[in-house]
Amino acid sequence: MSILSLKTVSKSFGSLKVTDDVSFEVPEGQALGIIGPNGAGKSTLFNLITGNLTADAGTIRFQDQDVTRVPAMQRCFAGVGRSFQIPQPFDHLTVFENLLVAASHGRALDEHEVEADCARILEQTELLPVANKPAGGLSLLQRKRLEMARALATDPKLLLLDEIAGGLTDAECVALIDTIRSVHARGVTIIWIEHVLHALTSVVERLLVLDFGKIIGIGDPEDIMSRPEVKEIYLGIEV
Amino acid sequence: MIWVDTVVQGVLLGGLYALFAAGLSLVFGIMRLVNLAHGDLIVMAAYLILVLVTVLGLPPFLAAAVAAPVMFGIGWVLQKYLLNRTLGSDILPPLLVTFGLSIALQNALLEGFSADSQRLPTGAISTSSLEIGALNIGVLPLLTFASAIAVIIGLNQLFYRTSLGRAFRATSDDPVTASLMGIKPGHVFATATAIAMLVVTLAALYLGMRANFDPNIGPARLIYAFQAVIIGGLGSLWGTLAGGVIIGVSQTIGAAINPEWQILAGHVAFLLVLLVRPRGLFPRAVD
Repeated sequence: MSILSLKTVSKSFGSLKVTDDVSFEVPEGQALGIIGPNGAGKSTLFNLITGNLTADAGTIRFQDQDVTRVPAMQRCFAGVGRSFQIPQPFDHLTVFENLLVAASHGRALDEHEVEADCARILEQTELLPVANKPAGGLSLLQRKRLEMARALATDPKLLLLDEIAGGLTDAECVALIDTIRSVHARGVTIIWIEHVLHALTSVVERLLVLDFGKIIGIGDPEDIMSRPEVKEIYLGIEV
Repeated sequence: MIWVDTVVQGVLLGGLYALFAAGLSLVFGIMRLVNLAHGDLIVMAAYLILVLVTVLGLPPFLAAAVAAPVMFGIGWVLQKYLLNRTLGSDILPPLLVTFGLSIALQNALLEGFSADSQRLPTGAISTSSLEIGALNIGVLPLLTFASAIAVIIGLNQLFYRTSLGRAFRATSDDPVTASLMGIKPGHVFATATAIAMLVVTLAALYLGMRANFDPNIGPARLIYAFQAVIIGGLGSLWGTLAGGVIIGVSQTIGAAINPEWQILAGHVAFLLVLLVRPRGLFPRAVD
């Protein structure tokens, strides 16, 4: 059963079509990777799924409900969580408070009802040692972890990760992959945009390639990466 | 000993200025909105209390308690349906709209109450004092200062110990991301202004009990409030209290030297602090 389905979704900024007739489905519990060159429309696609942007045409269904025109906040309540490419924590709140805000407001619950859950997520994302530090003073890896932790605090059924491994060292990347795997193992459906291919392919079960807003291919990661058109468009190798 | 008395009176006067400023600081700290009508809203609240005192015969403190929820509602509606529309990357629209609101309020109050000075009846409390050593401390100034401390403590508790406070701070940091977490920035801002109006009502009560007021004194209260907020560091509540005290002490010392220097001394102190600490005494780490 699909948790998310996009049918002929399009979005333009002026005369520039950034999402062009995109259709795909994500089965519940799957991890889908999205790759594509800069400007391919990957983050725009995320913004359409979260409701930050509204599609010009097409339909987006989440858990069998049409959410194409549903505001971002309602989609958060329904179970769509996301992390941003550039971490955007609430700098003046502590790490724990960042999670409390996301968990209580994102699920419309009282803070005391979500405290234990926030503590568990802090442990899962290895942020417990910095729980009481202001988020503005965290390292890049910690900020990336907080992005994911805060998205998890909203108890998402679908987690969207936007270039979460970008800018990390290899060791940091390995640590982050372990965390993402543990989240995925709990049954959370993941869609992950990433340029760090070895990180992405070590987690996802399916890969989608975007170029100029169009889907170039979708399927098994190994199969997709071996296609000549993907090598040419994404890796810049002439075939 | 007269200088000690002067400084003590200045500190207590600073409590009144801190009350003028706390609402301004709260609103600025959360939504970066400079409300040029803040002083006029204080004067409007003072007239509302006056009406309740004269028409219903309520004592001033009870009248203020009745006026507080009315002001809360006015603040909520004002923010939700007018000021929220002006917020954005351009700082000019909120300045223009609140400037216009200031003029509209002054003229409405002039129309309704004339330019005559008014004062809230205080009874014995205005002349009561406590004798501490060689000092005589007025009960009303002491009560004003204690109220200012209570307001600052209360607002700090609200900010750092409650879910609403965390929503205030999260929205202040990033309203777009906050909205993705289920927070409604428009409601948060409206609630912040409504709470600021509660503080405004308290400030109006003490203003009306301690001095004469008329429809035109709002802008001067706004200047004192601004100076206290800026001396303290934008968005810092304890800084706002410190700013109010610095202006109050400067004014009483100035007045002790020459009564004509009272107001000037406050302005000079403001400029001196800005020369030494351009971002105020307790600025937020990241603005």
